[in-house]
Amino acid sequence: MSDAIETSGLIKTFGTTRALDGVDLRIREGSVYGLLGPNGAGKTTTIRILATLLRPDAGSATVLGHDVVRDARRVREKVSLTGQYASVDEDLTGTENLVLVGRLLGLSWRDARRRSAELLEAFGLAEAAGRQVMTYSGGMRRRIDIAASLVAIPEILFLDEPTTGLDPRSRNQVWELVRRIAAEGTTVLLTTQYLDEADRLAERLAVIDQGRVIAEGTSRELKASVGASAMHLRLTSAEQRATAQELIHRVLGDGLLAVTDPMELAARLENPAQAAQVLAVLMQGRVEVAEFSVGNPSLDEVFLALTGHTAEHPVPEEAKP
Amino acid sequence: MTAVDVLPSGERTHQLLGMRARPRPASALSSVTTLAWRAMLKIKHVPFQLFDVTVMPIMFTLLFTYIFGGALAGSPREYIQYLLPGILVQTVVFITVYTGMGLNTDITKGLFDRFRSLPMWQPAPLLGALAGDLFRYSVASALIMIMGLILGFRPQGGAIGVLLAIALVLVFAFALSWLWIIVGMLVRTPESVMTTSFIFLMPLTFASNIFVELSTMPGWLQAVVGRNPVTYLANASRGLMHGQPAGTDVMWVLVASAVIVLVAAPVAMRMYRKER
Repeated sequence: MSDAIETSGLIKTFGTTRALDGVDLRIREGSVYGLLGPNGAGKTTTIRILATLLRPDAGSATVLGHDVVRDARRVREKVSLTGQYASVDEDLTGTENLVLVGRLLGLSWRDARRRSAELLEAFGLAEAAGRQVMTYSGGMRRRIDIAASLVAIPEILFLDEPTTGLDPRSRNQVWELVRRIAAEGTTVLLTTQYLDEADRLAERLAVIDQGRVIAEGTSRELKASVGASAMHLRLTSAEQRATAQELIHRVLGDGLLAVTDPMELAARLENPAQAAQVLAVLMQGRVEVAEFSVGNPSLDEVFLALTGHTAEHPVPEEAKP
Repeated sequence: MTAVDVLPSGERTHQLLGMRARPRPASALSSVTTLAWRAMLKIKHVPFQLFDVTVMPIMFTLLFTYIFGGALAGSPREYIQYLLPGILVQTVVFITVYTGMGLNTDITKGLFDRFRSLPMWQPAPLLGALAGDLFRYSVASALIMIMGLILGFRPQGGAIGVLLAIALVLVFAFALSWLWIIVGMLVRTPESVMTTSFIFLMPLTFASNIFVELSTMPGWLQAVVGRNPVTYLANASRGLMHGQPAGTDVMWVLVASAVIVLVAAPVAMRMYRKER
């Protein structure tokens, strides 16, 4: 299969901030691809360049073989963008918003109205169709926004943080939608700050940090580099943390992960059985454990493993090697 | 599948999302009319948007006629013959600021990101917004004329003279709006569009002969005010409404409008196409 998106050495600077510092991506057609990274990593800038909203300072990007700067119009004919903030008119009703987009895409009034009704039904918004978007809940707003991107089915759909700020139920709805859209053959490029979201939706991921791609691969490959799963412990008192660390170190070696909360500990596990060993050792050492869980490593932990710093606390400029 | 219960069955979505054929992109004209339709819908849903084009004209006409009328022309009824064509100019010129504010709102809310990523004629969103604004300017103009007639304004040029004057004011307002479009793209919030624009608008409208004759001003001020395009517009508006010769003034207003559009529109388009 051919490449839907290809970028090489994308650089973008805003004032003195270098948002992108040489981004190289190859995204296969017909896949869901995730850009994973913390706030300010360069995810949104990358997507905005690919959707022709920004021009790169250097480097190049092609979307379905068209250069995003020279053939911007060709690219626009094949992609849709749902930005981080609702890119619909809040004063207008759901129907009016979709009819507006339909008309601008070249549908007749009749076809635009029909398409709008179909999509509102498909997105569970039929009852809210005649209401102004400003009265919609967060989840409904996100759905109308995605619907606006599907008035004409794009070959590539860009979704910038599609579930940020949504409750778990709305999040599930968006995930299900993304899966269905991708199943119909549209390539989806989404950005996210959540590892589990990327894990559930994306076949491949690029981890972006400070304007660079620091890792690329399937989520399985990425997690393998961090450890299959992680164990999280909460102690009843911070005083026992040192003892606990010492004990865990005996069982797991270098498996401890950085955690900022003094009551908590996290450790990388090679297999879930190790969790039982850790608990046994802690009990013998009379360390009181308030709660514990075993799950996927968090974005912070992935970042720590890949970069040596956590997502929220990047190493200050001067401290870098 | 309780979480996705609002979504229809997979079979139904398949039918909806399977539609691959993309229509031919809309023509320039149909994009502009569609976006003008959007501007009309906004007025329908948020009638408060018409507040500035209804209350401001009525207030201005009443205030200035009765406050200045007696002092400047002997009686309000006499003064309004001079003032009304100028109040029309002042009100519509003031309202042009809302073009920039509306645009700035669209940008900050992310709506322009959607427009700019659609394969449509790029100037359409700007022209569509301007078309909607021309409607608002027309509403304001009509209200001022009705107010004027009630207060005793009697245009000697008849209905045709009045319509020509309004048309000329709309041409100038259209041109001026391009400047606020630029301001709307430069600053961060709709409020700062208002503040920035008023720095220009206050001298532009008050340093004119809207309220008093040029001959009553000191010589140095006459030199400035006499070159203000708003003075030409007020003169032309008076001339047309009262059926007096206004050819030269009309010509200068058209020249000024053309110059503003030729300079500001390409700059605005460039900024729009660029990025934020």
